[in-house]
Amino acid sequence: MKGLVREVYGRSDYAIIGEIVEPDTKVLDLGCGEGELLEWLAVNKGVDARGVEISGARVRRAIARGVSVFQSDIDEGLADYPDLAFDYVVLSQTLQETRDPRKVLREMLRVGRRGIVAFPNFGHWRVRMSMLVSGRAPRTALFPYEWYESPNIHFLTVHDFEALAHVEGLVVERRYFLAGHRKVALLPNLLAEVAVFLLRRS
Amino acid sequence: MMGVLPPGMIVEANTVRFDSLALDNGATLAPVDVAYETYGALNAAKTNAILVLHAFSGDAHAAGISHETGKPGWWDNMIGPGKAFDTDLYFVICSNVLGGCRGTTGPSSVNPATGCPYAMTFPVITIGDMVRLQKMLIDFFGIPRLLAVAGGSMGGMQALEWAVAYPDRVVTALPIATTARHSAQQIAFNEVGRQAIMADPDWNGGDYYGKQPPARGLAVARMVGHITYMSDESMREKFGRRLRGKETFSFGFDVDFEVESYLRYRGSQFVTRFDANSYLYISKAMDYFDLTGRNGTLAAALERSQGRFLVISFTSDWLYPSYQSQELVRALRSRNRDVAYVELESNYGHDAFLVDVAEQTDMVRGFLAATFEKLS
Repeated sequence: MKGLVREVYGRSDYAIIGEIVEPDTKVLDLGCGEGELLEWLAVNKGVDARGVEISGARVRRAIARGVSVFQSDIDEGLADYPDLAFDYVVLSQTLQETRDPRKVLREMLRVGRRGIVAFPNFGHWRVRMSMLVSGRAPRTALFPYEWYESPNIHFLTVHDFEALAHVEGLVVERRYFLAGHRKVALLPNLLAEVAVFLLRRS
Repeated sequence: MMGVLPPGMIVEANTVRFDSLALDNGATLAPVDVAYETYGALNAAKTNAILVLHAFSGDAHAAGISHETGKPGWWDNMIGPGKAFDTDLYFVICSNVLGGCRGTTGPSSVNPATGCPYAMTFPVITIGDMVRLQKMLIDFFGIPRLLAVAGGSMGGMQALEWAVAYPDRVVTALPIATTARHSAQQIAFNEVGRQAIMADPDWNGGDYYGKQPPARGLAVARMVGHITYMSDESMREKFGRRLRGKETFSFGFDVDFEVESYLRYRGSQFVTRFDANSYLYISKAMDYFDLTGRNGTLAAALERSQGRFLVISFTSDWLYPSYQSQELVRALRSRNRDVAYVELESNYGHDAFLVDVAEQTDMVRGFLAATFEKLS
């Protein structure tokens, strides 16, 4: 369990989140799955780690890991928390699956001092190519599903997210762009597979 | 009895006597005996103690094989070496509740002032009184903080009461298949049970000790209870409409159906091990239970709690439905308490917390291990 988060789970967005989160803070992970990231943060950074997850089977495995996860829908699961209950609220690869992303974003930054949002970039050139060439809903390594079975119900690009953050009056403190395990420096909207934003309210 | 417990080990109940206990209704009970069993060994720092809390008709015999009855404990599948409450790691205590009839002072105990059983002169007790007595037992062991208080159903109510009444004495609470307050439906079922007992002429105003006990009334009360502990689905699977030892209806009122036979059997068995007056007192204590108390809201009541919570409910439990656990979890979240919650899939109804333990086991083990590790 000790070690770099990327080595532990092979998820580069987790590596970035592991880098961003300060030690001994309070973190809420929305759509935390089986609690892998939370466990890593608890063990390696002394974080008070909590999670929300809709799947009962995943909640069970997360709790068996020792992580405090409760079974709930993200779209509704935040309402009970008091303001600024957490230092960070993490939404990793889940924003595109929520019914009301804007509401989730607002709730994240009501409940947390900072929000960390990681999402797959629908503007990546492979996605654009896939649609251009096939003329069908794009399918790539990052978006592997048929349109009718995809959990992704809102598709967004890096530019889309920047625009929403602006409209919502959110301050982007840091942004990271990833292609595989590499960081992308140029043309992120075209070259980044995954984007990670650290946000706070202005 | 503080040795490590091998599987199938014979265990014996112990009893400790306390001078007196002040009750919520203003009365004082003196003296008070508490029957308890322990499993595993208390570590030198006394940080590995877990108090397991029994449900309505349970007793101190939670694990191992009883020396007295030869039967396994009511949570034997959860407590023992390598099990959820791992006695290789933890020191597990279980005591019979106040008002019970299995060694702890209750209405069937002899009132030292009169030399006769208390019967209906026994004071009306609360879940809070039960927990106050358990705290005396924990003090008796010299345990500063319990790693966990855990129980299902009424045991879960006690776990919640512990978390609120003695927050600095509890590291984690595991309320399972339970509620922070009895609903009208829960009170109603208990009232049917009480009325069945009191309608039995043998009940005799509670004065039946040394005479014929109200066996018919108590059996009916238990039959109602068993129906509420199962689910429509588990009853269909277990009995369906199968007939008992016959091919056709008897066209009478003897047992026709398997389910009738089962309920009658369970009712008649219960009478041999449970006191009817204990049924009245303990069921009333459950009905009085409302963690909200004078605090206005559940969230305000939970303000006092400190530790971690693991809340579990079961899909087919219609006696303590999941919404009650979710209400509790929401209130804990509103105070930003550390709470894990899951609704487990099970067909067993309310009984699930006793019988459907595989998934429960993994969670309890991981939850306790993570907490214990952080502590040491």
